[in-house]
Amino acid sequence: MIHEQVLKCLRKKFPGSIVETEEMPADFIPIYQKNWAEIAAFLRDDPDLRFDSLQCITGVDLGEEGMDVRYNFHSMTHLHKIEIRISVDSENPKIPSIEQIWRVGDWFEREVYDMYGIIFDGHRDLRRILLPDDWEGWPLRKDYETQETFHGIVVPKVKEEWE
Amino acid sequence: MGLLEEKFEDNIIVASFDKILSWARSTSPWFFQFGLACCAIELMATGASRHDLSRIGMIPRSSPRQADVMIVAGTVTMKMALRIKKLYEQMADPKYVISMGSCATSGGPYWQYGYHVLKGVDIVVPVDVYVPGCPPRPESLIEGLIKLQEKILNERPLTKKAA
Repeated sequence: MIHEQVLKCLRKKFPGSIVETEEMPADFIPIYQKNWAEIAAFLRDDPDLRFDSLQCITGVDLGEEGMDVRYNFHSMTHLHKIEIRISVDSENPKIPSIEQIWRVGDWFEREVYDMYGIIFDGHRDLRRILLPDDWEGWPLRKDYETQETFHGIVVPKVKEEWE
Repeated sequence: MGLLEEKFEDNIIVASFDKILSWARSTSPWFFQFGLACCAIELMATGASRHDLSRIGMIPRSSPRQADVMIVAGTVTMKMALRIKKLYEQMADPKYVISMGSCATSGGPYWQYGYHVLKGVDIVVPVDVYVPGCPPRPESLIEGLIKLQEKILNERPLTKKAA
């Protein structure tokens, strides 16, 4: 129900923002990343939608199909929830930041950046959150290869004879 | 002590200073709290009333400057490894290290595919006693600590070493 309502609102307010397919998925809304910051502000502020709680941001590496950023929203006022999916290019992953719309997005976006290297445009403090600042590579990408050493410490397994 | 109390004039113990020194060291190894993961729960249980570490002379310290033993309890990540090294260097001599649990000893469940886990704390600091288990029960940890006390007791810090 809320799913159709959000689709309707977005089609009316931001025409061309939804990735239209013949069979629309029933449990999430795929949208283009253009205008994402405005759409996000609309989702939060519209009195009928009022998604005042950003619950999670997830990155997904789909291999050849590029990468996804997925947002889970919940409304404390109306007690409904929705999932938004936005695909990004794996070569140059960039997406508008929503850190200033939901403050909790700050750390969520830093975590996705830490694991997938997706740049959140407009984030005021985009640096690694879990890994050391000078770590090389993005660990949850499909093509990730662990670095050999970290500050002189050998990273891959060194006790091979234990197998 | 009842039989011996108030039976002597001046009481003197004759022993080599070396032995008294190592005996004194072995009976009060203050340990540095170093809970990194779930092993810290067992470390806390060991320090709490049922197992009561203070009865073998071990008191938790929160500063490396005041500690003699570092109990590395838990998974050592690469980010933490550098800090462990720094904290170990801040401890005053004589200093000892106990590697508690599988993770600190060999990387544990992360020993093959954990890109961010140090494969054994002995790569960065010298370890005196390894306590196996995942996590080790308080009895195992106390066994390890008693082994460490035996080791300290048998040291002769003042004696000239044979070249």
